[in-house]
Amino acid sequence: MSGRWLAVVALVVTSACANASKTPPPVSPAKMAKVDPPDAPWRREATSTGWEPKIDAPKILIRGARVLIGDGREISNGHVLMEGGKIVAVGDGDGDPTGAELVDAKGKVVTPGLIDTHSHLGVYPMPRAAAHSDGNEITAPNTAEVRAIDAFWPNDPGIPRALAGGTTTIQALPGSANLIGGRGVTLKLRKATSSRAMHFSGALDGLKMACGENPKRVYGRQKRAPSTRMGNLAGQRAAFLKARRLIRDWDEWRTGEADRVNAFAEARADHAAKSQQRTERETWCAETNAPTADTKCKKWQKSWEKEPLDAPTLEPGKPPPARNLATETLAAAIEGKVLVHVHCYRSDDMVNMMALADEMGFRIRSFHHALEAYKVRAELARRKIAVSTWADWWGFKLEAYDGIRENAALVEAAGGMPVIHSDSKEGIRRLNQEAAKAFYFGQNSGVALKPGTWIRWVTKNPAWALGIEDRVGTIEVGKDADVVIWSGDPMSVYTSAERVYVDGLERHHGESRKPWSDFEAAP
Amino acid sequence: MKISRRNVLALGSSMGLGAALFRSSHALAKPGPLPTDEPPPPKLALTGARLVESGKKPVDGVIIEIDQGKIVTVRAGKASGDIDVGGKTVTAGFVDLLTQTGLVEISLEESSRSTSDARRNDPIRAGFRSADGYDPASTVIPVTRLGGVTSVGVVPSGGLVSGKSAWADLQGRADDVAVGDLALHVQFEHAEGELASTGTVILRLRELFADAQAFKRNPAGYDRRQMRKLRASRIDLEAVASALDGKIPVVFHVNRASAILRVLELTKEYGIRPVLASAAEGWRVATAIARAKTPVIALPLDHGPLTFDARYAREDNAALLAKAGVAVALSVGETHNARKLAQVAGNAVRAGLSRDVALAGVTRAPAQIFGLTERYGSVSPGREANLVVWSGDPFELSTRVEHLIVRGRQVPLRSRQTALFERYR
Repeated sequence: MSGRWLAVVALVVTSACANASKTPPPVSPAKMAKVDPPDAPWRREATSTGWEPKIDAPKILIRGARVLIGDGREISNGHVLMEGGKIVAVGDGDGDPTGAELVDAKGKVVTPGLIDTHSHLGVYPMPRAAAHSDGNEITAPNTAEVRAIDAFWPNDPGIPRALAGGTTTIQALPGSANLIGGRGVTLKLRKATSSRAMHFSGALDGLKMACGENPKRVYGRQKRAPSTRMGNLAGQRAAFLKARRLIRDWDEWRTGEADRVNAFAEARADHAAKSQQRTERETWCAETNAPTADTKCKKWQKSWEKEPLDAPTLEPGKPPPARNLATETLAAAIEGKVLVHVHCYRSDDMVNMMALADEMGFRIRSFHHALEAYKVRAELARRKIAVSTWADWWGFKLEAYDGIRENAALVEAAGGMPVIHSDSKEGIRRLNQEAAKAFYFGQNSGVALKPGTWIRWVTKNPAWALGIEDRVGTIEVGKDADVVIWSGDPMSVYTSAERVYVDGLERHHGESRKPWSDFEAAP
Repeated sequence: MKISRRNVLALGSSMGLGAALFRSSHALAKPGPLPTDEPPPPKLALTGARLVESGKKPVDGVIIEIDQGKIVTVRAGKASGDIDVGGKTVTAGFVDLLTQTGLVEISLEESSRSTSDARRNDPIRAGFRSADGYDPASTVIPVTRLGGVTSVGVVPSGGLVSGKSAWADLQGRADDVAVGDLALHVQFEHAEGELASTGTVILRLRELFADAQAFKRNPAGYDRRQMRKLRASRIDLEAVASALDGKIPVVFHVNRASAILRVLELTKEYGIRPVLASAAEGWRVATAIARAKTPVIALPLDHGPLTFDARYAREDNAALLAKAGVAVALSVGETHNARKLAQVAGNAVRAGLSRDVALAGVTRAPAQIFGLTERYGSVSPGREANLVVWSGDPFELSTRVEHLIVRGRQVPLRSRQTALFERYR
């Protein structure tokens, strides 16, 4: 990369020189200053890139359905029109059927495709197998350089099953063994032969970090740091300090490079001006008949001899800061190019992490699991940190001992942003139930909740947490046609997803035992 | 008279119920002595119940009278009772047979676990008794029963033969354990090591059963060392011998269809009463399981090729087994969330199981599997008074538990979690 940049500079400079040799130098400092030193790699290539398929989705009109928009609003008897992978109309009544395939959804409920901020599909796929255990790079506590997209197995039989449960978008994350586990990737649950073809185009990568017991247990056992919560924070602090240093190094390098080029340009301009003047004077001296010319020209000649007019040379530049994928990822996180997702259970761990974020200058987009979010819900709401949690998991480790069933509801009532995530190949098939359950837990305990808010916990809120809220999470015109038709009220345990559309293509319909994964291919 | 959740204490004390109620709730707030030798619970009557039982049509306006912890009468009619449930649904307390309730407080904290005899690497731990490690003070107990689960199987884990399970009623009292030697548990699912091989599992079982047979024929000879060397210890041999006698059943935690067939053969050969747990591929050999009259404790939530032993796990496994005539109990398969049992049953229904069989799967079938129908599984005279009053359809997500009665005592709808909620609400 540094070579390419220097070549660009050299090209500008040589062409400037070539011009200068014929006519008085036209190079202006302004023109030189336009040459911008290349920016830091994470600013140019921040995200995992996909090879998304071209979408050739038909025009489909769903009518007669109760439509839950995904933000809490609903239409009691409405239609949704999809075309070319986008939602093109939504509203009351039957809609315009011209040229559309009709889907009668009388008595059914339509919602946006559900979104899971925390999945290990593909990186810890089914069946459980050592060969497919690709979610935790347990070789160093900071592996910010690794990417879930590089491990995600598109043949995980859990994928079609999650889709059959109404989930259409996931963030596939590295595990929580490491303080900084690597980059998560946002994917659509398309049938595909590579993770790249499932990539949610334009979605920023997530950064998976972990607080608390997991990293210190994993590395403490190996008698390495971290073995305590102190070690956890120290490790994360050190890693982010490096990232801040890298940002500064890049800023300094870019300033230095700009200064060097600009100084050269100024010197060239100065040289050109002097050259022109000398040429003019030489010509004048050769042609003049003025009586005083001799003295003047002799004086000039003397000064020219004393001060030969050498063309300025471009000082050699410094190479740009060395590539470091881990540190660059953290720098991207500081600059909001990668969204920070922190696995954290206890309220004090969360507060310590918020303090670290303040100190290091990054923003936490979502805490994950966050069983004690209810204890610090006002602060989480104030900072607009999404709380990705379960409806009722608890007790599997000490930091999960204070989990209560009203957690999501209390976060909602405090003006925060609850998200029901799965972290499970089983729960991801019933996110609707888990969100409904969490809502009812709160309601039954007297937490003030607006009816209909529960759906946000698996649609609009996770879309925000993944930075894709302008594309998915609600049924609105212009959004991706990721849509679920449920057999009935999605808050009921008896309800199933009947049809699931991703980018306007039907990916699940009715009984879904047709094996889609190659792993399940059968004669 | 209608009793709401809020005023249950005040009303209870005005009706002579108060002493027991106050003590137990007080104990929650500020732990006192472990309740153990108090007098038997006083009489208690529920009225206005909509009684829902498997195999029967729901009956409205039912009175359930309880004395000494047992159900005395169940009749239709109008009378004033201690708790008027106002037409709400009443069922027998739900039972999850596959938990470690009382054996584990925090899964990852070894110091809080009593789930396994891990003293040695020997996979034969038949003598290990869950009942001996069961802690009625576990905070998991009130959390679990808030889901309407009043009884659990307390199952040991680890090894090939993990030991003996217990049946516990979730009162949180010293006498929770109703059956201390419920069943012997054999584990087929091992991710690694020699026991990952199904063949090795069967081989070691044959060895063990043969040893136990030899021991059973001549225990005196064993003690005088007039016998070939047996691999298992005396206490393990005794435990296995009790299974060979048919005194206690053996629960095989097994998934692969072919392994299930081997279990059926092996248990027939040795006169063992088998129960299958998990049995993810059970549907593939449902007829054989039904023919062998072997019950199954199914886990309805997980499906798909979870492991190489459960490649063909289907979400309608329970439904297909029931259709073939197999007695099916349902389980969450997870200790801390055994409270989700109602939701799990609802999901089994979603996958095709009839509501009635699903209800049986969490009430009558668990009792049936262990020959305890005289004590559990139905709301009828003589049974332990384990009852749940639900605000609606027991399996629905919106439904909450309104009253809980365990062995004739009304227990408060509180837990360490509700205390935390109150503290931070």
